[in-house]
Amino acid sequence: MKYLCLVYCDEALLHSLPDSPEDAECMAYAESIHGSGRMLAAEALKPVQTATTVRVRAGRMSLTDGPFAETKEQLAGFYLVDARDLNEALNIAKGIPAARVGSVEVRPVRELQP
Amino acid sequence: MVGEAQVRREVEAVYRRDSRRILATLIRLLGDFDLAEEAMHDAFFIAVQRWQRDGIPANPRAWLVSVGRFKAIDALRRSARFDRSQADLIMLLERAADDPGEQALLADDRLRLIFTCCHPALASDAQVPLTLREVCDLTTEQIARAFLQSPSTIAQRIVRAKAKIRDAKIPYQVPELSELPERLESVLRVIYLVFNEGYSASAGEDVTTRELTDEAIRLGRLVAQLLPDAEVHGLLALMLLQASRQRARSTADGELVLLDEQDRSLWDRGQIDEGSQLVRQALRSRDFGPYTVQAAIAALHAEAPSAEATDWDEIIGLYDVLQRHWPSAVVELNRAAALARRDGAQVGLQAVEAILQRGELGDYHLAHAARAELHRQLGNLDQARDAWRQALTLTRQGPERRHIERRLRELG
Repeated sequence: MKYLCLVYCDEALLHSLPDSPEDAECMAYAESIHGSGRMLAAEALKPVQTATTVRVRAGRMSLTDGPFAETKEQLAGFYLVDARDLNEALNIAKGIPAARVGSVEVRPVRELQP
Repeated sequence: MVGEAQVRREVEAVYRRDSRRILATLIRLLGDFDLAEEAMHDAFFIAVQRWQRDGIPANPRAWLVSVGRFKAIDALRRSARFDRSQADLIMLLERAADDPGEQALLADDRLRLIFTCCHPALASDAQVPLTLREVCDLTTEQIARAFLQSPSTIAQRIVRAKAKIRDAKIPYQVPELSELPERLESVLRVIYLVFNEGYSASAGEDVTTRELTDEAIRLGRLVAQLLPDAEVHGLLALMLLQASRQRARSTADGELVLLDEQDRSLWDRGQIDEGSQLVRQALRSRDFGPYTVQAAIAALHAEAPSAEATDWDEIIGLYDVLQRHWPSAVVELNRAAALARRDGAQVGLQAVEAILQRGELGDYHLAHAARAELHRQLGNLDQARDAWRQALTLTRQGPERRHIERRLRELG
C-alpha cells in the first residue's frame, strides 16, 4: 500500500539546530530507500518565499505570492511535475480540478548538494 | 580616430538615454538581472576605448547590446566547470539572439521587462518597486517617497522579488495574449507612478523631470498600441494632459507656479488635443476606470480658458464618480479643493479637516498646504501659518519648500 510521508519543519531552524541534518545525510537516506525498492519519489523543497498559491474561482485563476495559509484547509493530494519554468508549473496547477475549491501551493524543488 | 573627450560625452549621453533599454534587452537575452547588469557595464567600459579607435557606431544601442551579450557568454565559458547545465546555457544564449516570434509581439524589451516585473506570482507590494528600480532606474529613495515608506522596506521588497524570480524561475517573458488584460493593471499602476515621479519629483531641485514623464508617456503609448483598452487610453490621456502644463509649471528660475496662476498660453495644445480625444474615446467604451475619470477632470481644466472660467460643477461631479467607485483620501482632498472653488473656502476647509480628523493624509504635505490656503482665504492667519509650517516639514522638494516659505512670508 502506498503512503505519503510529509516532512514539516520550522524553516528558520531547519538547518541550524544541533541535530539538523546535512544534505549528504538526506541524500544517503533517500538512496537507502531507493535501494530497498520502496521509494516512489522524494524531494527537498525550496523555502516558502519561493512559493506561489493558485486558486481558481469562477473560471478565473488568482495567484498570490507565498504559501497557502488557510487553517481551514488541509493537505488533500499532490502532483510532482517537471516544468520549464514557473509559468508552466502554474498552468499545470490551475488545471488541477480541486484548485476550483481549494488552494494549490506551487513550490520549486531544491536539489540537494552532496 | 575620435577624441577621448568626445567619446566620453557620447558614452555618457547614450547611458543616460538608453541604459535601461539596453539592460532590459540584456535581461531578456541572458535571463538574469545580475548577469545583465555586469554585461552592460562591461559593454559601456569597452565602448570608451573602442569608439575612440573605430569611431562612434551608427547604432550605439545595438552595439552595446551585442558586445554585452558576447562578454557575458565569454565570462560564462571561462568560469564554467563545463558541467552539462552550463554548456546548455551557453548554447542557448548563443542561439537566442533574436527570436522573431517574440519580437513580433512587443517591440520594446522594457515593456516585456515590466510585465515580468509585474508578474502576479511576485508579492503585490514588490511589483511596482521592482519595476521602478529595474526598468526606470529610480533610486530606492525616490521609490520610498512615492510610497510613503522607508527606503529599507523598499530595498528589502526588491531583493526578495529578485530572489523569487531567480529561485522559482519566473521567466522573462511576454504574457500570453489571453493573460494580458489581467496583467495590465499592475503595469498601468507602475507607468503612472513613474510619470508622477517625473511630474512632481519627490526631492531635489527640479519641479519636473522631463525624461521620466516622457518615458512614462512613451511606455503608455506602447501599451496602448498592444492593448487598445479604455483604461490604457485613459492613463495615456491623463499623462498627456498633465504633461501639457509642464512649461507653465515653473518659472525660468525653477520656481513653482500653481495651476491658477499659470500662463495658459504655455500649455501644449497638441498634447491637450490628443489627451482630450483619448478621453472621449475611453468614455465612449463604458469600460473605463479611475484613470479615465481623472483624465476627464484634467481635460476640463485644460479646456478652460482661465482658472475663473473652469467648470467646477462638472469637475466635482467627476470627483463624485471617483469617490463612489474608487475611493481614496487623495481623491477626496482634490475634491475638497474643487468644492472650495465652487462653494467657498469654509466648505472646502471642512472637507479637508474631515479627512485629517479621520487620521488620513497627516503626512501628506499637500493636505496641510490646502488647509493653509483655505485658512488664509478666511483670514485665519495663525492657523494658516501653522498649517504652512506643517507642510514645510513634510516636503524636501526645493521649489515646493520655497513656495511654502514665500506664502509664510506673505502672511507677515
